[in-house]
Amino acid sequence: MSANIDIAFKLNGIEVRSRVSPGMSALEMLRDELHLTGSKYGCGEGECGACTVNVDGLSINSCLLFAADCDGREIVTIEGLASDPHTEALKKSFVAYGAVQCGFCTPGIVMQARHLLEKTEHPTPEQIRRGIEGNLCRCTGYKKIIEAIAEASAASA
Amino acid sequence: MGAMDKTTTDGSLIGKRIPKMDAPEKASGKTRYVHDIDLPGQLHAKILRSSQVHAKIVSIDTSAARALPGVHAVITAADVPWQRPIGVAKDHLPLKADRVRSPRDEIAAVAAETEEIASAALKLIKVAYEPLPVVATAEESLKPGATLVHGEDLIVPGADGKPHVVHKASRDNVAMTFTYGQGDIAKGAAESDVVVEDVFWLHYVTHCCMGVSGVIAEFDASDNLLLYSNTQVPFLHKREFAELLGMDPGRIRIIQPPIGGGFGSKLDIYPFEPIAIYLAKITRRPVKLMFTREEEFIASPTRQPVLLKMRSGCSKDGKLTFRDVETVHDNGAYTSWGATTPFVMMQTISSLYRVPHCNYSTRAIYTNNPYAGSFRGYGNLQATFAVEAHMDKLAEEIGMDPLEFRLINAQDPGEITPQGMHFKSCGFKDCLRTAASRSDYQTKFRAARAKWNDGNPIKRGVGMASMLHVGGGAKIYPSDGCGTIIKIDDFAHVTLITGASEIGQGSETVLAQLACEELGLPMSVVSVVNSDTDIKPWDVGVHASRTTFIAGNSVVGAARKAKAKILATAGAKFHQPAEALDLRDSCVVDKASGKKLIEIDKLIRSLHFSDKADLVMTTFYYEPPSEKQDKEFHGDVSAAYAWATQVAEVEVDTATGIVKLLKVTGAHDVGRVINRLGIEGQIEGGVVMGQGYALTENLIVENGVIRNPNFRDYKLVTAPEIPDIDISFIETMDGEGPQGAKGVGEAPAICVAAAVANAIYDATGVRITALPFTPENVYRALHSNSRPPTWIAAA
Repeated sequence: MSANIDIAFKLNGIEVRSRVSPGMSALEMLRDELHLTGSKYGCGEGECGACTVNVDGLSINSCLLFAADCDGREIVTIEGLASDPHTEALKKSFVAYGAVQCGFCTPGIVMQARHLLEKTEHPTPEQIRRGIEGNLCRCTGYKKIIEAIAEASAASA
Repeated sequence: MGAMDKTTTDGSLIGKRIPKMDAPEKASGKTRYVHDIDLPGQLHAKILRSSQVHAKIVSIDTSAARALPGVHAVITAADVPWQRPIGVAKDHLPLKADRVRSPRDEIAAVAAETEEIASAALKLIKVAYEPLPVVATAEESLKPGATLVHGEDLIVPGADGKPHVVHKASRDNVAMTFTYGQGDIAKGAAESDVVVEDVFWLHYVTHCCMGVSGVIAEFDASDNLLLYSNTQVPFLHKREFAELLGMDPGRIRIIQPPIGGGFGSKLDIYPFEPIAIYLAKITRRPVKLMFTREEEFIASPTRQPVLLKMRSGCSKDGKLTFRDVETVHDNGAYTSWGATTPFVMMQTISSLYRVPHCNYSTRAIYTNNPYAGSFRGYGNLQATFAVEAHMDKLAEEIGMDPLEFRLINAQDPGEITPQGMHFKSCGFKDCLRTAASRSDYQTKFRAARAKWNDGNPIKRGVGMASMLHVGGGAKIYPSDGCGTIIKIDDFAHVTLITGASEIGQGSETVLAQLACEELGLPMSVVSVVNSDTDIKPWDVGVHASRTTFIAGNSVVGAARKAKAKILATAGAKFHQPAEALDLRDSCVVDKASGKKLIEIDKLIRSLHFSDKADLVMTTFYYEPPSEKQDKEFHGDVSAAYAWATQVAEVEVDTATGIVKLLKVTGAHDVGRVINRLGIEGQIEGGVVMGQGYALTENLIVENGVIRNPNFRDYKLVTAPEIPDIDISFIETMDGEGPQGAKGVGEAPAICVAAAVANAIYDATGVRITALPFTPENVYRALHSNSRPPTWIAAA
């Protein structure tokens, strides 16, 4: 096996160091090395969005990002937004609108919705649908998720 | 939302929009699923699966894998000679000894320090095979001289150490059969003015739970087994694991962490679970085994694929005369619950509409394909697809409006069907009328036909379909019950311990609502405990849309006992008859005037800490008044039945074959709405799951191999594609249901594909009898490049 790599990056506002293997994904590092389990493994190939995190302001499937490539970057996970008022509004809205069932996809969709509202403060319903098309949910049929994001967006007006 | 909604009285929790109790944790990413749990000293397990579809195992060499640093154990069937078969027919050994019958088949397993090491070890295992002919379809399987999939008896050592035949050889590749009949088909045919016949093909799809399968197994120092499991049926599985392992079931504890989706997929034991247990037993360490998504596609059950031949007749005045159905189910290589879906299919075939003469026979056939399990709707999507296609066809043949035709034949309250089902509450006709009127079905239906030949390649159409499903449990085991323990502490905090299991459907919230409704307490004082078999009382499991009804009635029973105890105490204290008192707003009140006498917590403290100290802790076990069916499948199997009608509106691009589902208008007889937010979520999610079944999902199986085991090629519906959804609730206030409610979990997924098929016909004039309606399949059907499914020649 190849040598491990030392990296340093900002995680949820705090400088961290990690030693990672070359093949390790950012998702594996977050979950297995740094014990942040809010980002979920759903497919491992960027198709379901359950592992969505924010990297340098971009919304990324962390399963597709090598851990080694996190070096020098700024990463925000669902845990890092625990006291962010915009995320708090989204989470409250997800709860109130019934957008959560089994909940496995939910942190990833909250992350994606947070990113969407950062770019587009008041998205149209069509923009919301398109904004979360990379996130799969098997339980809700998406309708209440779309409504919850719209409500959070309206509440921030 | 719907016209039929009852308004709730002020102060009542019933019918309100109550947020799911565990949603804040889930939305914050704090919920710990089994994937998120790691135990000290835990090893990671991986499974080596067959590289062949059907082959004899000549040799397995694990020496290099065993020598890899970090590997604690490598096991094959030879290491666990005491292993016993799993599954509905006990035809399936977790680790395969001498033969593989499917590419999913487990040959060896590794427990190692890390997943990486375990995966590396798998690559070092050498297996030599001797390939056997692949039985790729049920049709091939039934041909004379076909290779036998289970041609030899399965013999394993029993508890007495002697060899026992646990599964008899199948000399004709038939795994299971069902036959049901009522009346006389020949008589029905003779009385018919019109007869239609079709062959339908219902394809492979799979559950796609967002959380992949996984388990953690650990033995303690006294050899008690602890499982962290996603099972939907923990108490049934305790017993099954005990049989598999030759253990006392009392020494097995199952903890169910929050489950990342169930939909029926977790009703059976799959090989990975005993394999993790074997590894834990051998290594004496906790062993965690998690699937990859590809593994989830390959090694999980599918919905039962069905080839279905149906002949139906009616009279000129619109009365059904007979229905004659034969099906062949591709059982796959092993037998799980999919083989038993005829049990539900026959209910729809015999009893959704009144049909005096009816036959249904089916065979599940062994092949080398993936095997089918249970999946939301349990055969009902397949049966409803065929029945509702024929309702439209017959109506057209006799020139009758399809809504009118259905109303003539629809069941009424009070009906006892020839199969013995008693429809005590039945809002079927209200469902039909409500869905039709809210969607303007009849106008749109006729308008679409007028445009069949207008030259426009973009067509629109509407289609209607209805469903009947168990809504008051299903007595397929000797008991269909559920237990509850309610503990009210000295702060009037309620611990609600239910046997029921939660898979995301919102049972914990509904059960808490039902308890609070009885106890006059707010939702905020309730904790629900539902995930540990050492604590919670017995329950059959989360299946058959039974939890609100069965566990709900159990909660109401326990809460009423607690209430009686509190009121008796208050009555003695205030020198009033208990019947004159009630519980409201966290207080004991005078029932007539509403005057507050004392806070409930204060009263409980006085009871709890007096010299005659007592606790408010009650238990209740609810067993529904349903019956097991006899050998001819007669019997009132559920305490209540759910009904629904859905109207689908589609747009078909005849130049590309692309079908867009624009709107689904659903009317559901749910008995009564308990949690409006939760029930809408069930219906919307079910509708979209049905949309996937109809339009996008297709597990492609070629010569036993799944060709698309990933979300790129297996297409789930995404947010931009969902239809408008209009839901009406028909509240029939079932006499047995808790607060009048009936089950709803499976119902919304059942009739979508059938309604879409009828809508495509309404739009184009082309009847497609094979799913899925992908652009390619629809294009071929519209342009006569495909032939409809044909019946199996050898059958």
